[in-house]
Formats: sequence, structure tokens, C-alpha cells
Amino acid sequence: MSITLGHYLSIGALLFALAVVGIFLNRKNLIVLLMAIELMLLAVNINFVAFSRYLGDMHGQVFVFFILTVAAAESAIGLAILVLLFRNKNSIDVQDLNSLKG
Amino acid sequence: MDVQTGFFYLFSAVLLFAAFRVVTARNPVHAVLYLMLAFTQASGLWFLLHAEFLAITLVLVYLGAVMVLFLFVVMMLDINVDSLRAGFWKHFPLAATLGAVVAFEMAAVLMSGFRLAQVTPMADGAAAQMSNTQALGVLLYTEYLMPIQIAAAILLVAMVAAIALTLRERKDSKAINPAIQVRVKARDRLELVKVAVTQPAPAPAAPEAAAEEKKQ
Repeated sequence: MSITLGHYLSIGALLFALAVVGIFLNRKNLIVLLMAIELMLLAVNINFVAFSRYLGDMHGQVFVFFILTVAAAESAIGLAILVLLFRNKNSIDVQDLNSLKG
Repeated sequence: MDVQTGFFYLFSAVLLFAAFRVVTARNPVHAVLYLMLAFTQASGLWFLLHAEFLAITLVLVYLGAVMVLFLFVVMMLDINVDSLRAGFWKHFPLAATLGAVVAFEMAAVLMSGFRLAQVTPMADGAAAQMSNTQALGVLLYTEYLMPIQIAAAILLVAMVAAIALTLRERKDSKAINPAIQVRVKARDRLELVKVAVTQPAPAPAAPEAAAEEKKQ
């Protein structure tokens, strides 16, 4: 039995579900939340590449390229905010982030 | 079962295991390392899908830069793991149920609803003569020229924002602003005062004051 598009899409779906579970389990840990978001983006990228291969369309891969760009920017800014937060609050617990005063 | 099928199941199994460990690992450093493992396995899957350029980009850019940045940050922070793990097992049943529902529904739709077994991988078509990298490059620099410029601008903005957010000026620094140094004029620094060569002796004390002293 050869590998079909459904196999790749199922891998993407399982990865996405695992990332959702991770967000539920680690609601307090900001770092693991960021990592779960990375996993979700990876699952989406796998879907894009699989469709691009099986439909013979290169545009899907170009889109993956842009998703990677935006994900890199997002994690850079997210980590910068995390460092700033840890410097000010000495904790990365999401529940400590309850004040909006500048 | 041919070699590609075997590799697909190998990569998928390791990928799912690594993803599971990412969300359950106790130590955040271990979680980041498992995330790196997951990305390498995804890169292998992309190789199976003939997306060579993206697979290598994922390893070079994502593992080499972004994940190492994650690792640096995680190692730099002194995290109290126990307080962050509070409520982990309390949320576990709900999370497991939701994850199972998501996975089951998606698998049901993907495996039966679409009849995707009929979709076979196309021959690389027009790009058959070109390598994957060349085809992607041609597309990026013709049709997607404007979006790639915007992507570059987004990366620049992200870099500036990250530096600006974490920049901290030292309070004990004695550095001087060079702009002020350049703008300074000689007359701001040196003042010439006319001083007479000889000066008259101070006038003697007033005679009335002397007389009052005599009376006492």
C-alpha cells in the first residue's frame, strides 16, 4: 500500500490535535504555549506541502515559505516579550499577567 | 511495502512521539530538544514529498536559528517548574478528550470523506526539468516578488522590535552623547575675563563704625 494524501493529512491532523492538547495541559507555562503554537504551524505546513505535492502545484510550497517567515518573526518577538516579562515579574506564569499598567 | 512507505511510518512515529513529549516534558529544556527532533522528522517527511528546498530550509533556518533562540531563552530564565506544572493532571482528562475528538473527527473526514486515495502524486509536471529549488525560486522572484519584499520587511520589523524590547541602558555608564560633543563651540568651554593688572587696596572701614566701637 503506497502512501496517499490522506496519510499526510492525518499526520498533520494528529500533530495539530497534540498541540491543542499541549495548550490545554500547559496553560500556565508561556514557553510551552509558544512551542505548541510552533507545532500547530508545523502541522499546517505539512498539510500545505502534501497538497502541493499531490495536486502538482508549487504555490503551496511558496505559501509554506511565507508561513515560515511569519513564524520566525512571531517567535522572535514572543521570546523578546517573554524575556521582558521575566525581568519585570520574575515569573512566566500566564496568570501573573493580570495588569495592563504601563 | 516499499522503502518510502517504511520511512513515512518511521518519520511519522518519531514525529508524533516527539510532539507528545514536547507537551508533556517536565523540563522546558527537554521540551525544546524534543521540538527540535519533531522538526527534523517533519523535514524528513518533506523530503519524501519532494520538497527538498523547504526541507533543508526547515533544518537550517528553523533548527539552526529559531529553535536555538528558544533554547537560549529557556536556559537563560530561571523557571520554577513545579508552580508551572500545577493543574497539569487536573486538566488532563479534558485535554485528552478534546484531543481525541479533534483527531478522530479529522481522521474520519480525511480518510473517508474526500476519497483521497484516488489522488495520486502528479509528475512534477512543468517543473519536471527544473529542480525543486529552481522552480520555487522562479516562482518567488516573478509572481511573488512583492510578497517576498513584504516578508523581508516583516523580518526586519521583527528584529528591530525584539532588540528594542529587550534593550536595557546601563545606569552607571559614563558614556557621552557624541552629537553633543561635536556641536560644542570653543566659547562654550572657555571664557575670557578681563582682569586689571593692579587692583586698588580695599577701602578702609567706614569711620562711623569705628566711632561706635569707641563709644562701647
